[in-house]
Amino acid sequence: MNALRFADINGWRQALLAAPSAAALTASSQAMARASQAQLNACITLPELASPTHATGAALAGIPYAHKDLFCTRGIRTTAGSKMLSTFVPPYDATVSARLADAGAVLIAKSNMDEFAMGSSNENSAFGAVRNPWDSDRVSGGSSGGSAALVAAGVVPFATGSDTGGSVRQPAAFCGVTGFKPTYGRVSRYGMIAYASSLDQAGVIARHARDCAEVLQQIAGFDPRDATSVERPLDDFRAACDLGVRGLRIGVARELFSAGVRPAVAACVRAALAQLQAAGGVLVDIELPRLPLSIPAYYVIAPAEASSNLARYDGVRYGHRANAASDLAELYSRTRSEGFGTEVKRRILVGTFVLSAGYYDAYYLRAQQVRRLIAEDFARAFANVDVIAGPTTPDVAFKLGENTADPLAMYAADINTVAVNLAGLPAISVPCGLVDQLPVGLQLIGPAWGECKVLAAAAAYQSITDWHQQRPPAPAASGSPR
Amino acid sequence: MHIESSKLDRLAILSRLALSADERFALGADIERVLGMVSALARVDVAGVTPMAHPDDASLRLRPDQVTEADHQAALEAIAPEMRGGLYLVPKVLE
Amino acid sequence: MTAQWQAVIGLEVHVQLATQSKIFSGAATAYGAEPNTQVSFVDAALPGTLPVLNRGAVEKALRFGLAVGGSIDRQSVFARKNYFYPDLPKGYQISQYELPIVVGGSLTTALDDGRCLVVALTRAHLEEDAGKSLHDAFQAATGIDLNRAGTPLLEVVSEPCMHSAEEAVAYLKALHQLVRWLGICDGNMQEGSFRCDVNVSVRRHENDPLGTRAEVKNVNSFRFVEKAIAYEIERQIRANEHGEKIVQETRLYDAAAHRTRSMRSKEDALDYRYFPDPDLPPLRLTEADLEAARAALPELPAACHQRFTQALGLSAYDASKLTEERALAEYFEAVQSTLPGHAKLAANWVLGELAARLNDAQLVIGQSRISASALAGLLTRIADHSISGKIAKDVFASMWESGSSADAIIAERGLGQISDDAALSIAIAQVLSQFPEQAAKLRGGDEKIRQFLIGQLMKATQGKANPAQLNTLLRQALTDVK
Repeated sequence: MNALRFADINGWRQALLAAPSAAALTASSQAMARASQAQLNACITLPELASPTHATGAALAGIPYAHKDLFCTRGIRTTAGSKMLSTFVPPYDATVSARLADAGAVLIAKSNMDEFAMGSSNENSAFGAVRNPWDSDRVSGGSSGGSAALVAAGVVPFATGSDTGGSVRQPAAFCGVTGFKPTYGRVSRYGMIAYASSLDQAGVIARHARDCAEVLQQIAGFDPRDATSVERPLDDFRAACDLGVRGLRIGVARELFSAGVRPAVAACVRAALAQLQAAGGVLVDIELPRLPLSIPAYYVIAPAEASSNLARYDGVRYGHRANAASDLAELYSRTRSEGFGTEVKRRILVGTFVLSAGYYDAYYLRAQQVRRLIAEDFARAFANVDVIAGPTTPDVAFKLGENTADPLAMYAADINTVAVNLAGLPAISVPCGLVDQLPVGLQLIGPAWGECKVLAAAAAYQSITDWHQQRPPAPAASGSPR
Repeated sequence: MHIESSKLDRLAILSRLALSADERFALGADIERVLGMVSALARVDVAGVTPMAHPDDASLRLRPDQVTEADHQAALEAIAPEMRGGLYLVPKVLE
Repeated sequence: MTAQWQAVIGLEVHVQLATQSKIFSGAATAYGAEPNTQVSFVDAALPGTLPVLNRGAVEKALRFGLAVGGSIDRQSVFARKNYFYPDLPKGYQISQYELPIVVGGSLTTALDDGRCLVVALTRAHLEEDAGKSLHDAFQAATGIDLNRAGTPLLEVVSEPCMHSAEEAVAYLKALHQLVRWLGICDGNMQEGSFRCDVNVSVRRHENDPLGTRAEVKNVNSFRFVEKAIAYEIERQIRANEHGEKIVQETRLYDAAAHRTRSMRSKEDALDYRYFPDPDLPPLRLTEADLEAARAALPELPAACHQRFTQALGLSAYDASKLTEERALAEYFEAVQSTLPGHAKLAANWVLGELAARLNDAQLVIGQSRISASALAGLLTRIADHSISGKIAKDVFASMWESGSSADAIIAERGLGQISDDAALSIAIAQVLSQFPEQAAKLRGGDEKIRQFLIGQLMKATQGKANPAQLNTLLRQALTDVK
């Protein structure tokens, strides 16, 4: 087994410094990725590796990473997990791709994901489901399932993801790794294939909060190519990880521990809170009364924006094109019907409905109003606390196929994560226990631009616990799963 | 909430999706259930609440009026499903 | 038009703003480039690309809004207008819907009979242009050129307050003059820089509700606008009188057949599903922005016209000709400002000799081979009687050819006007003695012979005699001589 399996960024850094060939060492990560395919199916493309071109001064020089296949990479196929883009090779780099390349990081895989980032299980990929490294009969979570699985399996020290309703945090929770979503506008969306533009944000999955901070430091910051990216000086995210938790006010909301949360999961999270308290954190009861409305609001707003964002996929300029269409109408409808999977079609139709004449006020406009109410709930809470804590998900990873027949059940499980996107806030999920031998995630939410508070709390927790060091059981020797 | 089949057809046309009979049945049912779920929004008192389309401190930044892009025709052609004489091709459109 | 019916006309004009780059991308906007060579990845709607607003487009829109006395919304919003068409790469057009940048305003112009026409404007908003469909490029296919996609447009919407083709055309001409005057549009209708959509309906009485209107799209000449309106009014009146219903529809003007015809009906009554574009936060304008735009506003054509007639004493006709184009008005101003009191002289030359020259050479005023100051130099010599008007025309011709100054040419060719009494008297004496019969006739009261003698005197002085002085001295000489 590769000695660097499960190594964090620093582990890789040390090894690279000592290695006779940095390139060969980095390449060994890709070998691990290739070997993991049968078990995890976490990769869509394993590209040719860029030769390390950077002086050792570059912050992430030689560090291998997996990049969610939602981010455009020049000259390297980018599919968004969809048949629609299965042969699309972008002629340009997403800003996040370029910044990681500038930092010296080496892309070893484009990771599998739910199609167009729509999904919470990574079962909606045109390239097959991703399997959880902890139990290959179970989902990895989604939509950044491939990225979470690869980090959890120790193949790469970090991976990128995107988070629109929990797509970084939830798979991180299911896979027992750390997943961070910044404040909306903190990281450029240029080149990150759009799902729901007012909710999408790039995120990082890594072995612990400190490494999330390291990567965030490289990718965050104003980008003139993204009008929603905010011009704001970068904090020192790494330094924030040393702030500790003494005196930190931690909000606990009853709504995040609702009846839908499995008692054993709630217990893990409460134990984690007790540890934070013992380390000097102050637990404060707070209220987020409109939290239950976040699912309906999200499932109006996200599909609405998606229905518009996905209108460009029409077979004319790139991507899949239906064969021998006799007229324009047929070109459009067959291209799109052939190119999109069921969940995507479902959301496009819902989105079209809620924007259509006669329904806009009752659905879309109203959802945006409820969104503001939810954001106000958070703002009110943050007047009294520094971070808000709770379970990332109501339960641990479910079995493959368990929820595919019932999209609403799938949606409902996003209850603890989507409100964060509606309000545009930063949040992290860190492993805090095991239930049935499956990881449980603790979510910490910060106020807008409060990345440092979130990282401080998460890093402090990880300095007094070792859940983030737990590893999934080795894959069964008898080979491929079902 | 019930969606008549004509309404579903219209949604499919507006979205340029050709649905098979099975899809129409299944997706129609799904959409009804989703809309049923989101109807919880109808019971909320939203009087006087400004819709939130963007995080509050967002304000549009402008760029200077300068040409910063070169000719990308070759790159666009390389990824185009059908291009001839530098033009994208679609089935003949009658106006 | 039948006396019993009132036509109601509203006009929507798409003014292509003369920016260097596109409204949401940095691609060039120059007309006539090879297909798809001025298309950025944003314009081609590649996955992950995002719009960023061009400051120049906003400034031009502001200039317009201030010039028409509209109210500038401090906060305006960009919205997506969703529909599918191959020349619309994103599957939506970024436009403005509920909160446009300019609201209200008006344009005042004079009709041919001198009546004043005031046209109220509903609004003006920014949006992006679509690409071009070429239906004749191929046998069985339509070709799409996206060079034009993303060019900034200002859509100017008038109230439906005009009642005849004459009024409509007068308004359009005034609008056309204004946008060129402000430097926000080149007004080239052949190239599609100024495109008119005409809405026509009829009703029996002016207090009746508006009738159903038909929209005639993309009429690109004033003559066609006139004809299209005339045709529509007649068509609608005839239909009404026969009890037929007018369908609200889009029509095109068929120039060859001199009629409007219904467009092939689009598949469904279009539901554009407008919603605020999540990629573009609201445009917030400050007092400083408005002040800067106000300060940069040139004197408007109407004010300039008034100043020319009232302060400079020019005829209304001359003032109108001079204010057809700002560059021409500025040229004239530059000339006449060096010759106070000689505005009429300056106007005559600018509208006479210079205009003729420019016309022949097919040049615009900006390309004139004689600068304003050079022309002023020539006119100064006329005003101070150094040369006659006739000789000045010669000098003008030489100036045009050689680029030399008037003074240089006058000196080089010894063309200075002879105003010296002694010299003129000698010439007179010579001519009178050369033509004693004619001299006697003139002395005898035969006025008709005067021109002949003047002519001879001009010949004798190579045309340089100051005519007024010559006349005076001649009269004196005739009475003196026995």
